[in-house]
Amino acid sequence: MEITIGAVVKGGSSLLYKTGSWRDERPVLDMENCKACGQCESVCPDSAVHVVEKAYIIDYDYCKGCGLCAFECPVDAITMIREVK
Amino acid sequence: MSAVKVLEGSEAVALAVKACRPHVISAYPISPQTHIVEGIARFVADGDLDAEYVRVDSEFSAASVISGASAAGSRAYTASSSQGLLLMSEVLYASCGMRLPFVITGVNRTVSAPISIQVDHQDSMSLRDCGMIQLFVESSQEAYDTHIAAFKIAEDPKIILPVMVCMDGWVLTHSYERVTLSDQEEVDRFLPPFRPVDFLDVKNPKTWGSIGEEDMVMELRYSVQQAMQYAKGRITEIFGEWAEITGRDYGGLIESYKTQDAEVIFVAMGSMAGTFKDAVDDLRAEGEKVGLVKIRSFRPFPYEEIWQAVKGARMLAVVDSNLSLGSEGAIGMDLKAKLYGAPGAPQVVDVIAGLGGRDVNESRIREIVNRVKQVQEAGYFLREPYWSGLNQTIVP
Amino acid sequence: MTAKESAQREDLFVSGHRACHGCGMAISVRHILKATGENVIVVTPTGCLETFTSPYGYSPWRVPWIHHLFENGPSIATGVAAALRAQKRDDTRVVGIGGDGSTFDIGFGALSGMLERGDDVLYICVDNGAYMNTGGQRSGATPLYAASSTQPAGKESVGKVEMKKNIPMIVAAHGIPYVATASVAYLKDLQKKVKRAMEFRGPRYIQVDTPCPSVWGFPSDHTLEVGRLGVQSGLIPLFEMEEGEITHVRKIKKKVPVVDYLRIQKRFRHLLDGVETEKEIAQIQALADANIEKLGLLGSLKETDSDS
Repeated sequence: MEITIGAVVKGGSSLLYKTGSWRDERPVLDMENCKACGQCESVCPDSAVHVVEKAYIIDYDYCKGCGLCAFECPVDAITMIREVK
Repeated sequence: MSAVKVLEGSEAVALAVKACRPHVISAYPISPQTHIVEGIARFVADGDLDAEYVRVDSEFSAASVISGASAAGSRAYTASSSQGLLLMSEVLYASCGMRLPFVITGVNRTVSAPISIQVDHQDSMSLRDCGMIQLFVESSQEAYDTHIAAFKIAEDPKIILPVMVCMDGWVLTHSYERVTLSDQEEVDRFLPPFRPVDFLDVKNPKTWGSIGEEDMVMELRYSVQQAMQYAKGRITEIFGEWAEITGRDYGGLIESYKTQDAEVIFVAMGSMAGTFKDAVDDLRAEGEKVGLVKIRSFRPFPYEEIWQAVKGARMLAVVDSNLSLGSEGAIGMDLKAKLYGAPGAPQVVDVIAGLGGRDVNESRIREIVNRVKQVQEAGYFLREPYWSGLNQTIVP
Repeated sequence: MTAKESAQREDLFVSGHRACHGCGMAISVRHILKATGENVIVVTPTGCLETFTSPYGYSPWRVPWIHHLFENGPSIATGVAAALRAQKRDDTRVVGIGGDGSTFDIGFGALSGMLERGDDVLYICVDNGAYMNTGGQRSGATPLYAASSTQPAGKESVGKVEMKKNIPMIVAAHGIPYVATASVAYLKDLQKKVKRAMEFRGPRYIQVDTPCPSVWGFPSDHTLEVGRLGVQSGLIPLFEMEEGEITHVRKIKKKVPVVDYLRIQKRFRHLLDGVETEKEIAQIQALADANIEKLGLLGSLKETDSDS
């Protein structure tokens, strides 16, 4: 591990830590019913939902499985299922 | 062209700070430093100093404002004393750990309780351990020159630590002395603008103040210790550079005064060093082989230099205008620790003197010499400090 | 670069931080930075936000960020702002984001000083109503009758019997250009308020209600729901003040009884277990009603107000 003078850290370095291992449940997105409203991307505390050219991608490297995306989805296009480890 | 003026010590400091072109100054009043920040306020009010002058809500904020300013890449300054310095201690520990350089004037004043505005070094001692460099001065002239050097020391890329310039309250801040002021051009040549390697910058976003786990705290502390070690040599160099420009040479980390063949050497800091020099002259004239080591840099502690100066002596009278209650004076403890095991080291007698403004005058200095000689003749180690000038009859 | 990486590039607050599942603070900070953009220096005092974003080597902050101590968030921000002025870096702004422990209690003096001096800092309090970082001890922000670990409910106690400090009004009394309250439940509203605040120079304050699933005690997917119930009951009024005058309130179409807000949270469970707490619940209801009355909260949403 490299320690800098005064322990100053480069911004954005938290991407090195994959919080996906925290999950007990994972969100599964049904793209058929998705209305592309953006709510899931908006409410995710972990910035784990990305909009890539109108497609919604869940980043399972970081998703903690909190369920907010599923709860807030206005058309119930996201379901939480038990995580298989 | 330099100018010679008769100035109040506080004014000399204000002029030194002005010459160093700080970006940000924070100010909170406490006797006896207030004249310094008031002097600087007048410069700002008249447009003679282009700086952001922040009138804060407490000394905690005063130290915090200059820490934030330093992190954002600005040269910063504040002054305090006594209770104010104590209130800053948490902030200074953090800023030392985060390597945020700035300069503070520590106008020495004793610490409550009892509340007193008189001088001693107890307030400096409360900040002894945090990693801040502490330089002590004997005169207003030395205060002026040391402040200018302090910015260069603090901002040195291999030091990057806060520096406190300690000067005795009232004795130096409120008395008038002849001070030679340097030309702005000289100061600018000596002290370039602050250019930190890392600072808060939207073009290069970084994070300050992270949590350090047990796999890194020791290493971070060690790195500050290394910076302090490096600072020993660099402080001497920087004062040397200033001496080249101004002709005013203070030695380096210490000043040795007539220590060559001395049998009894005083070790002292601050304005009392001046009184000791006079006493040494008088005693020498009477045939006493005495001398003085004046400590200029208290942190880092210059034990190698002190050793070279004192190794021929039989007895050292270390005069502490401070006390670690339950043990003894801070300089005494440091020196005894560092001289322990050195072959032929003199005995160190710790002398507690000058607490709460009690005068350290020549008659008391003579008493110290007598006590030290008594101990020497009796041939024992004096482990408890000798309290100079204590009035035993009124101790509650 | 993958598509995902490309999407990630835009974010100023990235993944990998250690916030609890469903943390209201984390959601809010993402939106605060979406609204401010990248030309900000963020100052955070000690607390949850600091702790979950700064284990050494793992920082989600893609803006320059400094944590110094617990009680000096506002004064560090003042120092940064002063340096920016001295260096003529006019485009970079300073945003303080701190928790309620720091803002309401230990850093209150520093906050007041910063407001009084007129320093150019937007200070945002992410309020989860307790010293959450250390396990949920009571702070000046803990609401009436909430249980906390230092003021738990018990045979001789109904939790906090003191009122929540009204920091928005205390801050407003300093005469600053902009004061607002917001909630994680209404993220577009939060962004709008941050953007509006950034239009001013001088001290500005926004207090964001950020529910905490871990300690308030509700499922991690209910964070926004709990926030909504708090706002819809009138307990958490959302308003904006500019130059001392209220310029906007978020209307409540249909008032929710406070009990609906209380029953969903473990920290209020003790009020719903026994009959003897009717008086306490009535007092909480009275607080909500007083807010509704004083601020004229009942009515339809303004056209310009979004649903969320």
